[in-house]
Amino acid sequence: MAGRQYTKSHEWLTVEGKTVTVGITEFAQSQLGDVVFLELPNPGRKLEAEESFGVVESVKAASDLYAPVSGRVAEVNDKLAAKPELINSDPYGDGWILKLDLTGELPQDLMDEAAYKKFTESQT
Amino acid sequence: MKRTTSAPNLTASAARRTPLFERHVALGGRMVDFGGWELPQQYTSIRAEHLAVRKVAGLFDISHMGRFRVTGEAAFNFLQSLLTNDLSRISRGRAQYNLMCNEQGGILDDLVVYWGDEGFFVVVNAANREHDLAWMRDHAPDGVEIEDRTFELALIALQGPRAEELLPATGFADLPYFGLRAGQVAGLSALVSRTGYTGEDGFEIFIAAEKVVSVWDAILENGATAGILPAGLGARDATRLEAALRLYGNDMDATVNPYEAGLGWTVRLDKGDFIGRDALAQVKREGPSRTLVGLKTAPGDIARHGSVVRRQDRVVGGVTSGTHSFFLGHPIALAMVEVASLRVGETAEVDVRGREAPAEVVQLPFYRGSARSAAAPAKS
Repeated sequence: MAGRQYTKSHEWLTVEGKTVTVGITEFAQSQLGDVVFLELPNPGRKLEAEESFGVVESVKAASDLYAPVSGRVAEVNDKLAAKPELINSDPYGDGWILKLDLTGELPQDLMDEAAYKKFTESQT
Repeated sequence: MKRTTSAPNLTASAARRTPLFERHVALGGRMVDFGGWELPQQYTSIRAEHLAVRKVAGLFDISHMGRFRVTGEAAFNFLQSLLTNDLSRISRGRAQYNLMCNEQGGILDDLVVYWGDEGFFVVVNAANREHDLAWMRDHAPDGVEIEDRTFELALIALQGPRAEELLPATGFADLPYFGLRAGQVAGLSALVSRTGYTGEDGFEIFIAAEKVVSVWDAILENGATAGILPAGLGARDATRLEAALRLYGNDMDATVNPYEAGLGWTVRLDKGDFIGRDALAQVKREGPSRTLVGLKTAPGDIARHGSVVRRQDRVVGGVTSGTHSFFLGHPIALAMVEVASLRVGETAEVDVRGREAPAEVVQLPFYRGSARSAAAPAKS
């Protein structure tokens, strides 16, 4: 397993076989503020890489969520409906958002931890 | 903020800082510009701070608010002629919520007048401080002195059902709602009023700028095990909106009169002449054409300032303030709409992110907290 990888739109993903787990990063949750609600797709939905699949709404603003890879939605974190604050308190653990069955290749421009850290520093 | 003539400081913001700025940063405050002041939006999370205010108490730095001392023989009559409410209904040791209007009856600011031992104190919205000061000075006759005390004094607010119990002070338990009293908090001289902007019981503490950090620290330390939290602008806005307290700039401005804002109760037409009186008497006779209503939407449908409000496809007005309430578990909003276009219990449609979301018209306030009303019986 390659460990956590990151996208320019501040999602993270981990890969185990053909299953990709997706969430938003610590940086993203900190920028968003308290999450109050998420609009998420149903299992079975097919997503293309970079397609917008949902919305994360915080007190401040609503942000679109983008699929980092192409795949079919296998599982959605059902804890988030009742406890959207998991995205803030545990973005890499209990705050995971989706699991996808990967179709096709992983994109070439995913960042590792160090590269993503540099990327976020350039954003502030 | 003073600027030197040496190389420009590219990282300094132009916003002012209160005497508690270092504390906010040390406590993890996420600083934002509010009315020209750098204040914390939140320290930990708006959710935690909002719940602390409703369940225990929250501590707010409100030193950005404009504070003027108004003294002199003619001070009482001057304020009576400038403001809508009737100060003869209070006396020394009391405060009163007031509106300052222009000749057309449009609201220039909402403010609180405090009647102290040495004259009056007027607390105004930070964003309006300079305008209000100029307006007051322009209208002040001989025999009135107006001094801007904003920068020498700090102002903090402890708000919540356990505020009285957890305030590190004696002698304020029997301070009545909107009462004002000098005393000591954490061993330091302060002026304390039983006022606030959250709908909860609580105290606003006026204290010299150089002493406020000690008092702030003492309150947090004293209340730590009980669960007192420092609370930022996010929690302040959510709690005031739940209590349906108006926010100048959002819910009202100079194009809105008190009756439209649902603040007709602050207008005492019979007290004598004041700026805007004739215009307001006419509005009262004819009835306002608009009114503020409360809307409740489904989780996720946060209506924001400016969102269009419709009733059965007809535009009836717009949202003036909206946010998610962590305490109530759903979004709430105030909307300015045509009078009689929406009734409590009806459903309106509000624009949320480009689509129409159903909104239930509800009674105000959205939540009634522990704040003692002036009509509440005294404790026995």
